[in-house]
Amino acid sequence: MNQIKTIAVAEAGTDAAVAALLPRSSTNEKVLRVVIPVLALSLAILAWHLVVTINGIPKYLLPGPVDVVIALFTDSATLWPALLVTLKITFMALALALIGGVGLAILLVQSRILELALFPFAVILQVTPMIAIAPLLLIYAPDTQTALLICAFIVAFFPILSNMAQGLKSVDHNLLNLFELYGASSWQTLLYLKIPTSMPYFMAGLRIGGGLSLIAAVVAEFAAGSAGQGAGLAFRLLESQYRLNLPRLFVALLMLCGTGIAIFGLTSFISWLTLHRWHESAIKREN
Amino acid sequence: MRNVTKVFSNGTLALRDMSLDVKGGEFISLLGPSGCGKSTALRIIAGLGAPSSGSIDWPSSKINTKGLPEGDVGFVFQDPTLMPWANVFDNVHLPLKLRGVSKADARERIMEGLASVGLADFAKSYPRELSGGMRMRVSIARAIVTRPKLLLMDEPFAALDEITRQKLNDDVLRLWQQFGMTVIFVTHSVYESAYLSSRIVVMRARPGQVFTDMQIAQPAIRDHDYRNSEGYRQTCQTVSDALQRAIHAAEIAS
Repeated sequence: MNQIKTIAVAEAGTDAAVAALLPRSSTNEKVLRVVIPVLALSLAILAWHLVVTINGIPKYLLPGPVDVVIALFTDSATLWPALLVTLKITFMALALALIGGVGLAILLVQSRILELALFPFAVILQVTPMIAIAPLLLIYAPDTQTALLICAFIVAFFPILSNMAQGLKSVDHNLLNLFELYGASSWQTLLYLKIPTSMPYFMAGLRIGGGLSLIAAVVAEFAAGSAGQGAGLAFRLLESQYRLNLPRLFVALLMLCGTGIAIFGLTSFISWLTLHRWHESAIKREN
Repeated sequence: MRNVTKVFSNGTLALRDMSLDVKGGEFISLLGPSGCGKSTALRIIAGLGAPSSGSIDWPSSKINTKGLPEGDVGFVFQDPTLMPWANVFDNVHLPLKLRGVSKADARERIMEGLASVGLADFAKSYPRELSGGMRMRVSIARAIVTRPKLLLMDEPFAALDEITRQKLNDDVLRLWQQFGMTVIFVTHSVYESAYLSSRIVVMRARPGQVFTDMQIAQPAIRDHDYRNSEGYRQTCQTVSDALQRAIHAAEIAS
């Protein structure tokens, strides 16, 4: 359980660190923005290498960066398929969460009765730690993969739902009056007013949900303990630990980290594409 | 509007037995202290919130489901109330889009509307790229793009600086004369109402109702010279006195 927590925290930390490194700037600063992080990262890797070689630390305790790179090539036959499995679960869960979250949010804001009726279920599902439901899901789901998918879905679903619902409710009341004045149907109001208004909120939900679906896919696999051919990266991580194959464990971690960064980059890019023409959060200011 | 009374759900009596007969082509200012229900009256005319009692009678026979004459009313809010995600062109297109007029079919009318407020070159700009005065012009262009017979304006220039405000006053006057529409203009500025209106309705608070209703003899051409003229000064004086009496009446009542 401790391990699981550490990974979750490390993932969240990555997001925050990358977000802090996205300022607005001049050309000179743009160069610095690339050079300084790269330099800092290189220095850290060099320090890691030196610590390992100077102290003669054995590979099964702490592999050096060189060992990890070698393992990346030698173990790729085992790890790439595992990465694919994890990626598949992550993206399927995210896609389902997007469809479900946005769809349900739209239903909720259209019908007050439905909102009140579903509210207790939403709260119960949200506050129950996902990992605690996993054993149950393992019993009911037809196979482990489905159980993992459901876990990841539940986790990614709520931030998307709550952000979207919040967004749909944040409509400027004067604009709402204007639509009413011109006799807009509720469908037109939804399409031309509520959905555009909720885009910044949706994007926040997407960024959170994207990161969470990866974390959930990994954590769920720790809990479910899948094995064999269909196993994901989390299982390979545990397996490497049991076998004291630390270089492989590091490669698996590296892959998860890379995936997390890729998801963050992708969702941030989508967000920028959608909002940069009009929303404050995506606009560069001269002053 | 006949004997309209409006009681808000919290028990506040916003309007009591307010009656107002509007003739076609008038420029009416609803003038009064804050809290006198002038905005409420305007919103009831626009169909935004039904009166608690009383009715709004329209001369036109075509009445839509909301009880408003079809396509005959434009509304300008105190804030520009533009959609930040849409450019100026799309914002002005909105009223027509909601009636199912496509962008291509509406293009000419939209550009005409933008030209009439001097923003033809800004069709592709986004609201955030415009100044407060320009945003308000877009809002006005949007209100007149449907060629309304009645234009309702709810303290549209209250948040703008004096210079911009005077310019926009001239714009509104020009549009009023050009399109021959009826304007009901809510304001708390004596000078603005005296400059613009052909008729000024001074309202009092507690309860909100018509206090004085006066016709204003106005020259057709109103410009900088008119602002300095004796006639304008006298109008301001008369209106200001009426407003003072309205405020005083409300104070005695409370």
